[in-house]
Amino acid sequence: MRPHLLALLAKEPAHGYELKQALEQTFGSAYPSPNIGQIYVTLGRLEKDGLVRAVDVEQSNRPNKKVYYLTAKGRDSLVAWVEEPTEGPRVRDEFFMKLVLAPLTGIADRMALISRQRRHYLSLMADLNDLLSRTDPRDRVAGLLIEGAMLHLQADLDWLERCQEDLA
Amino acid sequence: MSAAVLKAVNLVKIYSGGALPVPAVRGVDLEVEEGEFVAIMGPSGSGKSTLVHMLGGLDTRTSGEIWLDGKRVDTLSESAWALLRREKVGFVFQFFNLVANMTVADNVELPALLAGISPKEARERRESLLAALNLGDRADAAPAQLSGGEQQRVALARALANKPSVLLADEPTGNLDSRNTRDVLRLLGEVHKQGQTIVMVTHDARVASLADRLVSLFDGQIVDDGRIARRRTGTAREVIDLR
Repeated sequence: MRPHLLALLAKEPAHGYELKQALEQTFGSAYPSPNIGQIYVTLGRLEKDGLVRAVDVEQSNRPNKKVYYLTAKGRDSLVAWVEEPTEGPRVRDEFFMKLVLAPLTGIADRMALISRQRRHYLSLMADLNDLLSRTDPRDRVAGLLIEGAMLHLQADLDWLERCQEDLA
Repeated sequence: MSAAVLKAVNLVKIYSGGALPVPAVRGVDLEVEEGEFVAIMGPSGSGKSTLVHMLGGLDTRTSGEIWLDGKRVDTLSESAWALLRREKVGFVFQFFNLVANMTVADNVELPALLAGISPKEARERRESLLAALNLGDRADAAPAQLSGGEQQRVALARALANKPSVLLADEPTGNLDSRNTRDVLRLLGEVHKQGQTIVMVTHDARVASLADRLVSLFDGQIVDDGRIARRRTGTAREVIDLR
């Protein structure tokens, strides 16, 4: 979550609760709702590393709030995060391990494993379909994430078919 | 008599045109209940297309039986089978085969009229199908004026026009982009909910996931036949794991 908070603070200084709201607004229903405690812990670490600094702002009738802003070092760290290449999805697929190892065990045959897995993927896809139809079409961030998940799942199914052709 | 709308018993297809006979379908038993949506998947060459073509009477079987609405059809004459097909079967392929010199509206109404539905009802059905596929304003166009995606949707509307006992489909979203696929998905979901029986060959996991049941073919045989579980998770947060 560190670079996400840095990015939000690059736009404007904010206190912890504002950052939680900003994450929720930006990612809509797609983002696991951030825990406020986790945000404060992360901010504390960023502050210790010199990437953000906090100022106390007085509030009437309430305790002071800490407003965080980005330091020059924090901006450098954010730029580095944006510019470094992002890893592609890794194919370290648990099912593939089962598929390759299963015949050695004598517990299940590959054809049965592949068939079961195909139905499981389709049931996941049915979930995503439901989800997409229930997602507000104006929530483009959530819509695109769901579509991304669907495309990955389609690729998994195509790969399953290749495994079936070559291994089963 | 069974309650199955469509039934295949030990269905076999061997292509014997070449030097060696090629078995494409090797003994398939399949029963499709009324209102069921069955997706058929499998690698290319596994016999999927041959199977649905035989079920629709578009290809002859080498041996075995095909039953439609409790009636054995594989022993019918070609013309008797064609007559029955008009009434009871809707077919949609990857390549749409629309009649070029007829309007979109006429293309969709024709099968309904051939099946004996009244002109008024055929028109109403055409209007509602085209509207559901976002093609309401294309009714008077000629197929050649339509994009590939639009033609494919017209082909689906046509296949549903005669309220067939069973809709057979072979890669119906084969050349649709994601927006067109969404319209097709919505209509398929709707007609299925209204009780339409569907048997569909597809590689498209989004389309296949609408089905109640998945039949996997491999080497001309059914290697798996089972339900697609519905889990209904809550929100995007639970499905998508952002780190």
